[in-house]
Amino acid sequence: MKKNKKELAVAALENGIVIDHIPTDALFQVVDLLGLRTVTNNVTIGFNLDSSEMGKKGIIKIADIEYPEDVLNRIALIAPTAVVNIIKNYDVVAKRPVSLPDTLLNLVKCPNPKCITNNEPMRTHFEVVSYRPLSLKCHFCECVASAAEITLK
Amino acid sequence: MDKKSLVSISDLSKDEIIGLLKRASEFEKNPNQHILEGKVVATLFFEPSTRTRLSFETAVNRLGGKVIGFSDAKTSSQSKGETLKDTIMMVSNYADVIVMRHHLEGAARYASEISPIPIVNAGDGANQHPSQTMLDLYSIFKTQGTLANRVITMVGDLKYGRTVHSLLEAMHYWNPRFNFVACDELKMPDKYKRFCHEHGIQYRETTDFSADVINETDILYMTRVQGERFTDMLEYERTKSLYTLHNEMLAHSKPNLRVLHPLPRITEIDQDVDDNPKAYYFQQAKNGLYARQAILCRALGIE
Repeated sequence: MKKNKKELAVAALENGIVIDHIPTDALFQVVDLLGLRTVTNNVTIGFNLDSSEMGKKGIIKIADIEYPEDVLNRIALIAPTAVVNIIKNYDVVAKRPVSLPDTLLNLVKCPNPKCITNNEPMRTHFEVVSYRPLSLKCHFCECVASAAEITLK
Repeated sequence: MDKKSLVSISDLSKDEIIGLLKRASEFEKNPNQHILEGKVVATLFFEPSTRTRLSFETAVNRLGGKVIGFSDAKTSSQSKGETLKDTIMMVSNYADVIVMRHHLEGAARYASEISPIPIVNAGDGANQHPSQTMLDLYSIFKTQGTLANRVITMVGDLKYGRTVHSLLEAMHYWNPRFNFVACDELKMPDKYKRFCHEHGIQYRETTDFSADVINETDILYMTRVQGERFTDMLEYERTKSLYTLHNEMLAHSKPNLRVLHPLPRITEIDQDVDDNPKAYYFQQAKNGLYARQAILCRALGIE
């Protein structure tokens, strides 16, 4: 009985997507990354929920939506522990961790103020040099940025 | 025709570098040819650089091509707020190849991706300057008869000096050994020391510009220590004098040693070195002409 109550802390979803195991400090960045402030879908955002693995976690449920895989994988940049569940007819039909693509197009801003991408209307382009710790190389100015220096575009 | 931009020295394979060096040595034997007749080369210098621009323009003129362009962004539409993209697209209607220097890093890479004609990078901020690296390689090849197994000593500003960084990267094909001589403020960045580790390149790092280092050296690559890198001017004066080469310091050096410098030189090589046959920096600059002739022909697909 107790267990059921716990599960119902967030309403069940008929169709859509659940992004679980988001570090709490990255939750609202994920909200922005997916542009959820302006959607009209039913969205449930859980913040500071108890997690046996993470202590506290964030969770996002979005009804009646599908995202291309590359969009979901972008979440890995700010929330590498996140797990995506695809829900169809109340069933989890797919469950997988997010994984960062090797190439990031127009996703992050180059930290080098003298980079052409910060001075010309154009897309940014980064290659992943290492995943843990995260470091990215700008395809244009060739600078290498660590996770702390990266900001989303 | 294969469009071949040259943005970064790392764009070139070992074979391509060797091909360019051979080509440069042919141009040295015969610098005046008519192989660029009917070709228009645009030199777009968004940032002034007289030395590099004159070298490229001489390369074109001696091969019978024509030059258009500007030597200062103030005289281009960039001063009216035109984007780099629009300038490149406009100029590519007129020219067969664009040689460009820009103060922003990555500008040449971007131009090479949007331009229908090849781009030759003549320097993008602190990032890349591949024609300088090619002339450095050519100078080493010519004076040593080989690029292989050389002891290369780099002196001065190893932190900000892009020429030493690119040369280090390009040399990895030929089993070099490096001495990095610099004060703590200007020492070789970790990124390049990691590069050496990854490629099994031996190096020694020292603050002491000693006879012991000079006497084992094949190529002594001097660089300028710039005052603006220091907050303390006394420290600057002290560092400058520590890393100045004087003629007597070469007394017991190897007979094949040559002194290179990307120029302009300020005080880091004393004038008394100039008459030593081991001083090579003026010929090195001249080699830039042949290296750039080779680079332009590669860009235009001219065999």
